[in-house]
Amino acid sequence: MAYSNKVIDHYENPRNVGSFDKDDDTVATGMVGAPACGDVMKLQIKVNAAGIIEDAKFKTYGCGSAIASSSLVTEWVKGKSLDEAQQIKNTDIAQELALPPVKIHCSILAEDAIKAAIADYKQKHGG
Amino acid sequence: MKLPIYLDYAATTPVDARVAEKMMQFLTMDGEFGNPASRSHRFGWQAEEAVEIARSQIAELVNADPREIVFTSGATESNNLAIKGAADFYRKKGKHLITVKTEHKATLDTMRQLEREGYEVTYLEPQTDGMVTVAMLEAAIRPDTSVISVMFVNNEIGVVQDIAAIGELCRSKGIIFHVDAAQAAGKLDIDLQALKVDLMSFSGHKAYGPKGIGALFVRRKPRIRLEAQMHGGGHERGMRSGTLPTHQIVAMGEAFRLAKLEMHDEIQRITVLRDRLLNGVKDIEQVFLNGNRQHRVPHITNISFNYVEGESLIMALKDIAVSSGSACTSASLEPSYVLRALGMSDELAHSSIRFSIGRYTTEEQIDHTIKIVHQAIEKLRAMSPLWDMYKDGVDLNTVAWVAH
Repeated sequence: MAYSNKVIDHYENPRNVGSFDKDDDTVATGMVGAPACGDVMKLQIKVNAAGIIEDAKFKTYGCGSAIASSSLVTEWVKGKSLDEAQQIKNTDIAQELALPPVKIHCSILAEDAIKAAIADYKQKHGG
Repeated sequence: MKLPIYLDYAATTPVDARVAEKMMQFLTMDGEFGNPASRSHRFGWQAEEAVEIARSQIAELVNADPREIVFTSGATESNNLAIKGAADFYRKKGKHLITVKTEHKATLDTMRQLEREGYEVTYLEPQTDGMVTVAMLEAAIRPDTSVISVMFVNNEIGVVQDIAAIGELCRSKGIIFHVDAAQAAGKLDIDLQALKVDLMSFSGHKAYGPKGIGALFVRRKPRIRLEAQMHGGGHERGMRSGTLPTHQIVAMGEAFRLAKLEMHDEIQRITVLRDRLLNGVKDIEQVFLNGNRQHRVPHITNISFNYVEGESLIMALKDIAVSSGSACTSASLEPSYVLRALGMSDELAHSSIRFSIGRYTTEEQIDHTIKIVHQAIEKLRAMSPLWDMYKDGVDLNTVAWVAH
């Protein structure tokens, strides 16, 4: 399968790979996907007192498009408020990375990962 | 070293230069371009002679009679002709067929088509090492079983079935036995005088011949009859009409002649390279060799790298041409049905790579492959949440996944 240059760039030089301490109060984690489907994404956000996402990290088990989608969203969410991050759409991700139709599910998964991380944060903070 | 390194010989082999040379002599005005079916002039006679020599060369590799070789467009057509042709011809005996879940799609889809036409098919699940036992087949045989089809060498995992024993069983029950030997010819000794096989499929391009040519062995004693699937000028004793492609046939003949001459040295050389590859990756944690350890060809090695996804692994191995599963299915996102049939979990099946070694593989290429595999696994595991969980002692089967 031919990948776009952007996917290859994110795949070969993934941004923000890693983990935060999940017990840190300012950290929230979203994990979506299933090994049986061939994709698992773990997205972590670090949120400051003003409700702004200061930092983000990911780990992904999946194809090149899944890795690129998660790498891209860690870049996108940084500096955004939770409400702004909530607005990120899979179609934006798919468009930015020029994902082929069979890989659209990777962008959906990345959107789900952001939403899951935000939900985790809100749950942790009684939101 | 030239990159990428080709390690996908099970998908197709390059045409041997000696074969290509020979093939080119049968195309142009200066060459022997005639129609082998033309009986009225020298052009036809020469082409016919070339075809008959090639037929003998193919027969010699597998110890058959040249009159038992029918040319087709490839192993897919051979499988279609064998299974449909025998099922049709012997339908009065019964409409039950048996095959194995790990067969090539050319067999499985042919069986599916026959089901739509009113036949019943039993798809046997092999053992977890890929082997089918005589007992399994015996238990599946019914009074109305007419055809059994089992492949010689599996194209994804390289395991070799006990064709001799299965042949004995089929013969004793009066069942037609078809064997897909696309990955076996030139890779192991095949003696059709000894094996009780009625129909056997061969491919040109899996054995350093060109694509678009194959053959079907159709036994004469006891005589096996087939209903033709392609009708026309009555070529190949009525079993397969269509003008014979002399250049491809000659090339397949030459490829099989070379295979007979060089096969044993080649198997030895490839075994050394395969062992080198296995030794080079065996110290990586959570790496598994798929398929039976003893009954296998050295050319095909299927390895699972747990907690690493196959497609991203192939991307990381971009300097090495390998595949996850067979080329016929690599466009789909499904994990290999062959590995699934061995009872392997989806995730492990998703994490599997087939390395297939061939005539032009060098030690240097294998060493480079080992190096790149190590780098890729390290990189992808550092990125894999599943690897972290494994390292933390989490049992992935107990996690409530959000499937999508």
